[in-house]
Amino acid sequence: MNFDLEKFKVHGEPLIYGAMISIALVSIGIVVGLTVFRKWGWLWREWLTTVDHKRIGVMYILAALLMLFRGGIDALMMRLQTAAPDMKFLDAQHYNEVFTTHGLIMILFMAMPFIIGLMNVVVPLQIGARDVAFPRLNAVSFWLFFFGAMLLNISFVIGGSPDAGWSAYFPLASLEFSPTVGNNYYSLALQISGIGTLMTGVNFIVTILKMRAPGMKLMRMPMFTWSVLITNVIIVFAFPVLTVALALMMFDRLFGSQFFTMANGGMDMLWANLFWVWGHPEVYIVILPAFGIYSEIIATFSKKNLYGYTSMVASMLIISLLSFLVWAHHFYTMGQGVMVNGFFSITTMAIAVPTGVKIFNWLFTLRKGRISFTTPMLYSLAFIPIFTIGGVTGVMLAMASADYQYHNTMFLVAHFHYVLIPGAVFAVIAGFHYWFPKVFGFRLNERLGKHAFWWIIISFNVAFFPLFILGLKGMTRRMYTYSAETGFGPLNMISFAGALGLAIGFVILVYNIYWSTRYMPRDENGDPWDARTLEWATHSPIPEYNFAVVPKVKSRDPFWAMKHDKQPLFEDPITKIHMPSNTGKPFVLGVVFFFLGFFLVFSMWIPAIVAGIGVLIVLAAMSFERDHGFYIPADKVITTEQKLGGGTV
Amino acid sequence: MNKKGPLYAMFFSLFLLLPGCSSLTVLNPQGPAAKTLSDTIILSILVMLGVLAVVYILYIIMLVKYRAKKSNEGYIPPHEEGNIWLEATWIAIPIIIVAFLSVVTVKTTHAVENVPADYKDQKPLVIYASSSNWKWHFSYPEEGIETVNYVNFPVNRPVEFRLYSFGPITSFWIPQLAGQKYAMSDMTTYLNLVAETQGDFLGRNTNFSGKGYAQMEFTATSMSSDDYDKWVKDVKSTASQLTEDKFKSLLAAAHVGRETFSSTHLTFSPPPAEHSEHMDMDHSNMDHSNMEMSTDEHSHQSN
Ligand code: HEM
Ligand SMILES: [Cu+2]
Ligand SMILES: [Cu+2]
Repeated sequence: MNFDLEKFKVHGEPLIYGAMISIALVSIGIVVGLTVFRKWGWLWREWLTTVDHKRIGVMYILAALLMLFRGGIDALMMRLQTAAPDMKFLDAQHYNEVFTTHGLIMILFMAMPFIIGLMNVVVPLQIGARDVAFPRLNAVSFWLFFFGAMLLNISFVIGGSPDAGWSAYFPLASLEFSPTVGNNYYSLALQISGIGTLMTGVNFIVTILKMRAPGMKLMRMPMFTWSVLITNVIIVFAFPVLTVALALMMFDRLFGSQFFTMANGGMDMLWANLFWVWGHPEVYIVILPAFGIYSEIIATFSKKNLYGYTSMVASMLIISLLSFLVWAHHFYTMGQGVMVNGFFSITTMAIAVPTGVKIFNWLFTLRKGRISFTTPMLYSLAFIPIFTIGGVTGVMLAMASADYQYHNTMFLVAHFHYVLIPGAVFAVIAGFHYWFPKVFGFRLNERLGKHAFWWIIISFNVAFFPLFILGLKGMTRRMYTYSAETGFGPLNMISFAGALGLAIGFVILVYNIYWSTRYMPRDENGDPWDARTLEWATHSPIPEYNFAVVPKVKSRDPFWAMKHDKQPLFEDPITKIHMPSNTGKPFVLGVVFFFLGFFLVFSMWIPAIVAGIGVLIVLAAMSFERDHGFYIPADKVITTEQKLGGGTV
Repeated sequence: MNKKGPLYAMFFSLFLLLPGCSSLTVLNPQGPAAKTLSDTIILSILVMLGVLAVVYILYIIMLVKYRAKKSNEGYIPPHEEGNIWLEATWIAIPIIIVAFLSVVTVKTTHAVENVPADYKDQKPLVIYASSSNWKWHFSYPEEGIETVNYVNFPVNRPVEFRLYSFGPITSFWIPQLAGQKYAMSDMTTYLNLVAETQGDFLGRNTNFSGKGYAQMEFTATSMSSDDYDKWVKDVKSTASQLTEDKFKSLLAAAHVGRETFSSTHLTFSPPPAEHSEHMDMDHSNMDHSNMEMSTDEHSHQSN
């Protein structure tokens, strides 16, 4: 076995040692805390082995929040490094690692899991189901995501992070030009979590198609459920491409194959094509559910049904189709000629049409409404003007000729943050505030919520608007330093101030969670916002079986109809309820996969083979298991319902 | 609560942005290709400001008019499914805008992919620009000279850059003269430009290519044709030959300063095939010793 300690070392810098120490301290703190408070059993029984979609959703969201802070600290470090000319805070290598992991973490380990977390919590409730179609597979998905994320996170302190950008273009990402193990981490961490995501895709498609409550036709589904359905279809089509691309990348880097290298017929642009065939749909995977979230919130707080329901659905379907036809807009400049560039320009700009339809439908949902400015609504309203800037600059970038001037500049960086932050981050924050009382039984404090909101919204524009101008001044992306003569200094300094403001906003947001957990009054009826859709028809916190009685749906917004038109929702008597039993195997599978990935990263073949066999054993154990779950007897359901306030029957 | 303050601020900063063009490199073009692109960008900004204005005005009206207040306490909003005509309007108008911009895009893309219209009758000066590590090599097959990290060419004469890379993908960009184009190891790409003023222009790589990427700049100087001829003659008589060994040591170095040679590397290290050939995936002809420094007409911009 080629055990070589040198490979694990990351060359010394205060920053790295700081990271090592803080990771060690936090881990020790968690272990000590769990031991002192005797929580190991609780952690295992209630969380690590759970198959309850609500708990899995909560774990996704917790992990995503952690990653938001990791990615956010990366962002602050980059903004500090470029705040003034010739800064000496990070060297080139660390800057490269930081922007690479920032992009990867924000998209794959923050935005997407946050959204998957929300959809785990909400979708089964919105369609009146008791769980997802495959609860145990759901746990597998989560643990694969979680340990994939952990694998990427340790790279910073063990062996070095990927440093070729989140798009990892070849031949730069090949062994020849990126000899550290960083891009091994890239291929394996993404592979492991990507497999989990693919399973989520299958799981939710089946859930939504097969497990809707009686009467909930497709065209009666809440808009968030619609957006999730379409998103998961995109996942199922896009992620296999990533799986293949990452596998080829792994072969190139670990086994010396030459798919994307410079010699022996390797094709660098094949990687770029495969990457963006997955990568462009990926941005819609994080943005379409946001459209769903905003639709729910805007309807609820304008006290109106959603305007243009049918065209909302149609526009999402069209966007999902088009998202697969635009990937080459990421490399207009590779010289593929006017015809090809023209085609991709037109398909890209075409996406603006269905997106515009949605914007106007939201505006007309507001019309004649009675708008209340709660925290989730504020984020949804702020989304409209800010995302529109992201959208129109997207159209500008879509024009191939003009893109010859914007490509790889700060203009692009500004654009995609103007799309991704209102489109994904504001949405998950809005959804978080909106559904929080459903899951935990109390609201977040509104005053603190609004403080955080204003910090975040204003600072966002301060941080990112200057980048449009910097792009037109000729500042390219991924530059760790620049000279004073370029004149880029002042605008970068403003942008840094904005990034600091954003950080303050996020700290207030987290403080709000802490404060509200301690002091906010508990909610009585499970419907704090006078909402419209099914998830609000059960108690808060939600009993493990979701609904004591399966609801019968007779319209869109069935809960609203029940409250205001006296349309009955729960008509059947309570009977025994079937539930899946908990299992520790998904967690164990995640751990084993983590070790498999880790050993492969360092080409430690014998341990890797052992871990690979371990994976097969856990999989075999899972497939031969005969566990048909259990029943909650009717009388137990009735007592639970009475304890929770008994509103359902 | 002042919701619109920041929005106004953003809006006005957009307006302020337009007149200040001259400090914005991209909107301060010094040649026809960059001028086409700058015009395209400004046109698209104006169209997009129109779109923004419509959305923002509607938005403000909705928020001001329909907010919950004391006076509309018992008001029950109506149930509205939608409206075919309204929805058709906001489908049709964006389609028209997109169609218009599509035409502009195809036209301007075509324009900048070819020799600028007013210079079609002149034979372009061919310069191979290749990147290695974090530097640029410029080879002049017609003149038989080569430079590193700076490039000179005559003003008012079309220049055809042929781009490729000895390593990671890079992107060749002189923002005041033309839009960028990738330089890759397995194919040659083309970039046409003309400088209409004399002077030094900053050029750089925009595609991240590793540690030294931030410093990967070069100077492009356009000069009168007399000065250019004189410079070429100077180089031929004073600069040393570029030997294969010297070139290898250049390739291996991370950064170097400016260098000048009286011969090119094209003879012993020919460029890869052009892009379309590469896309046929026919790699048997990767050895292009036969197409070395062909100055004949190229058909690559035909589509
Ligand atoms: C919270 C505040 C954020 C700040 C201050 C910030 C800052 C930055 C900066 C400065 C860069 C450019 C690095 C460079 O080109 O040198 C960057 C790149 C990037 N950011 Fe962010 N960012 C933030 C949030 C986000 C979020 C929420 C996402 C995604 C959901 C995101 C996705 C990306 C991606 C994909 C890249 C490109 C990485 C690459 O070039 O490989 N960022 N960010
Ligand atoms: Cu190519
Ligand atoms: Cu894209």
